[in-house]
Amino acid sequence: MSIEVSQIVKTFGSFKALDGVSLSVETGELIALLGPSGSGKTTLLRIIAGLETPDSGEILFYGEDARDKKIKDRQVGFVFQHYALFRHMTVFDNIAFGLRVKPKHMRPSETRIKEKVNELLKLIQLDWVGNRYPSQLSGGQRQRIALARALAIEPKVLLLDEPFGSLDAQVRKELRQWLRRFHDDLHITSLFVTHDQEEALEVADRIVVMNKGKVEQVGTPQEVYHKPASVFVLNFLGNVNLFKGRMVDGKPANLYIRPHQFDVARHSQGDNAIKATIKYMNPAGSSVKLDLLSESGNSLQVEITQQEFAKLQLVKGEEVFVCPKDITFCEYEI
Amino acid sequence: MSNARTEPAVVRWSLIGIALAYLVLFIFMPLFIVFSTALEKGIAYYFHSLTDVDTIAAIKLTLITALIAVPLNLVFGVAASWVIAKFDFRGKSLLLTLIDVPLSVSPVISGLIFVLLFGLQGLFGPWLRAHDIKIIFTPIAIVIATIFVTFPMVARELIPVMKAQGSEEEEAAITLGASGWKTFWYVTLPNIKWGLLYGIILCNARAMGEFGAVSVVSGHIRGLTNTLPLQIEILYNDYDFTAAFAAASLLAFLALFTLVIKTLVEYRYRAELEAVGKKTH
Repeated sequence: MSIEVSQIVKTFGSFKALDGVSLSVETGELIALLGPSGSGKTTLLRIIAGLETPDSGEILFYGEDARDKKIKDRQVGFVFQHYALFRHMTVFDNIAFGLRVKPKHMRPSETRIKEKVNELLKLIQLDWVGNRYPSQLSGGQRQRIALARALAIEPKVLLLDEPFGSLDAQVRKELRQWLRRFHDDLHITSLFVTHDQEEALEVADRIVVMNKGKVEQVGTPQEVYHKPASVFVLNFLGNVNLFKGRMVDGKPANLYIRPHQFDVARHSQGDNAIKATIKYMNPAGSSVKLDLLSESGNSLQVEITQQEFAKLQLVKGEEVFVCPKDITFCEYEI
Repeated sequence: MSNARTEPAVVRWSLIGIALAYLVLFIFMPLFIVFSTALEKGIAYYFHSLTDVDTIAAIKLTLITALIAVPLNLVFGVAASWVIAKFDFRGKSLLLTLIDVPLSVSPVISGLIFVLLFGLQGLFGPWLRAHDIKIIFTPIAIVIATIFVTFPMVARELIPVMKAQGSEEEEAAITLGASGWKTFWYVTLPNIKWGLLYGIILCNARAMGEFGAVSVVSGHIRGLTNTLPLQIEILYNDYDFTAAFAAASLLAFLALFTLVIKTLVEYRYRAELEAVGKKTH
C-alpha cells in the first residue's frame, strides 16, 4: 500500500472542504478523484502533496506518517491545473529546476542533469522545445512539460490537478489516452483530479467519487458506472431516468434506469412497456439519443444503437413503446 | 490607405498634436529653462556653483539619505507585498491602507508628525533630551522623514505584479524540493524584477527630490542639514538664480539618467520581457 489517508477533515473558514475522508491507494495505481466543483477533490490532492495541512486525520506514505514530513521529503510530483511553469525560464531550465535545487551533496552533475532533461524531453515527445519559453508553447505542450518537470525528481507518487482542464476537446482526448499509455509504461502511483466523468471512466484504474467533502464511492470504472453506491454517483456518472413507483409490498420506491437500458419497439411488448412520443432525435454519434414524452407526461431519455435506429426507421413525433431491460439503481423511501 | 479602424487624418494629427504640445509645455520647456538658466553665465560658473562647499554638502547628504532610504524600503516593500499578495490574514486591508498613508498625507504634515514625535516639546522629547539624543534638525531626522515619504513606492509597484502572478509557481518550486530561500531567489525574484526595478527608480527619485517633509524637520542648517532640494530653495531665495538652477540641473540629470538606465535595461532584456509578459496560461 503506498498511500493511506484516513479521516481527513479540512475547513476553510466556515466551509468544510473535507469531512472525514479516507482512501487507500495501491502502488502503481492510476486513481481519479472525481466530483463537482467544491467537492473537495483538489483540497484532498493538495493535502496529500503537503501543500495544505489537514485539521485532523492521518496520512501514511508507505506506512510512514507523512504529517511531519516536509513537502520536499514526501517525494511527490505535482502537476498544477494551469501548469505553473516558471515563465522566466526556458523549457530546459524548467525541467532541470528540481535537480538543480537539490542540496549540494545530492545534486547530480550538470552533464547528468543535461542527459536527464533530454531523456525526459524525449519521453514527452518534445525534444525540440528545450530552448523555448513556456509562453511560446501550446497548452497541450505546456501540460507535458509540467509533467516532465514533476517527473525529473523521480517522485514516488504523481499528483495531477485537473490535468486536462484548460485544454480544448480534441487535445484533451489525445492527452488523456497519452497519459494512460504513459502510466502503463512507467507504473508510477498516480492520482488525478477531474470533474469530467468521461475522462475518469476512460483513464483511471479506480475512481473515487466525491461530493460535499465526502467520498461517495470508490471503485473501478465499471463498478461506479453500473453499480453506483448512491443516487449522487448515479447522476454524476451519466444520464439517468427516474421512475417513482411502489414495490410489491406497497412501499414507495425510486427506480433509476440509464438511457441505454431500454428496448424501443413499435408495438407493446408486455406490461412494463411505456407508451411515449418522440420529441427529439439526435442520430449524430455512436448511438442515437431520443427525447421522449411518456403518456403520463414524464420526459424520458433513451439511447439506442445505430442498427436498431436504422431497422426501426423512427420519425419525430411518432408514438413508440419503450421497455426497460434492466434497472441501475433502486432506492426505497423510508 | 484607410480602413474601418483608422480615424480620419484630421483626428489623428490633432490628437498627436495635443499630446506633443502638452509634452513640450510641461516637460521640455521646464527642462530647457533649467539647463539654459544654469548655463547662463557660462560653463565655468556652472561648475563653480556646483563645487560650492554648502552645495557639495547638500549633494552628499542627499546621496547618503537615498543610500539608506532606498535599500530599507526595498526590503520593506518586498516583504510587505509578499505577505499582502500571497497570504490572507486579519488586518490585511488595514496594512494596505497604512502603506498608502505617506502618499495621501501632505509631505509637510508628514514632517510635522516627526517634529511632534521627536521635537523638544514632542512625545519623546523629554526622554530624548534626558538621554542627550537629538533627532529633529539633524541629518537623522532627514533620513527618517525620507524613509517615511518613500516607503509606499516599492510596495505599490510590487503588490499588483505579485497578485497577478499568484503563488502557483512558488508552490511548484516547493513541490520540486526548493527551500523557501531558493524559491524566493530563483522563482519569485526573477518574476518581479521589472516591477522591483521600477519601484527602486521611483523610490530613489522621490528620496532625492523630496522637499516638504524634509524641509520641516531639517532646520535649514547650511552645510549640515540641507539636502539638494532645500539647497536649491536657499540659493533661489538668495537671488543666486544661476547657482540654484545649476543645482536643479543635477536633479534633472538624475531623472534623465534613471530613464536612460530603465530604457537600456528594457532594451537589453527585451526578448525575456516578451516571454515573461505573456502569461503562461
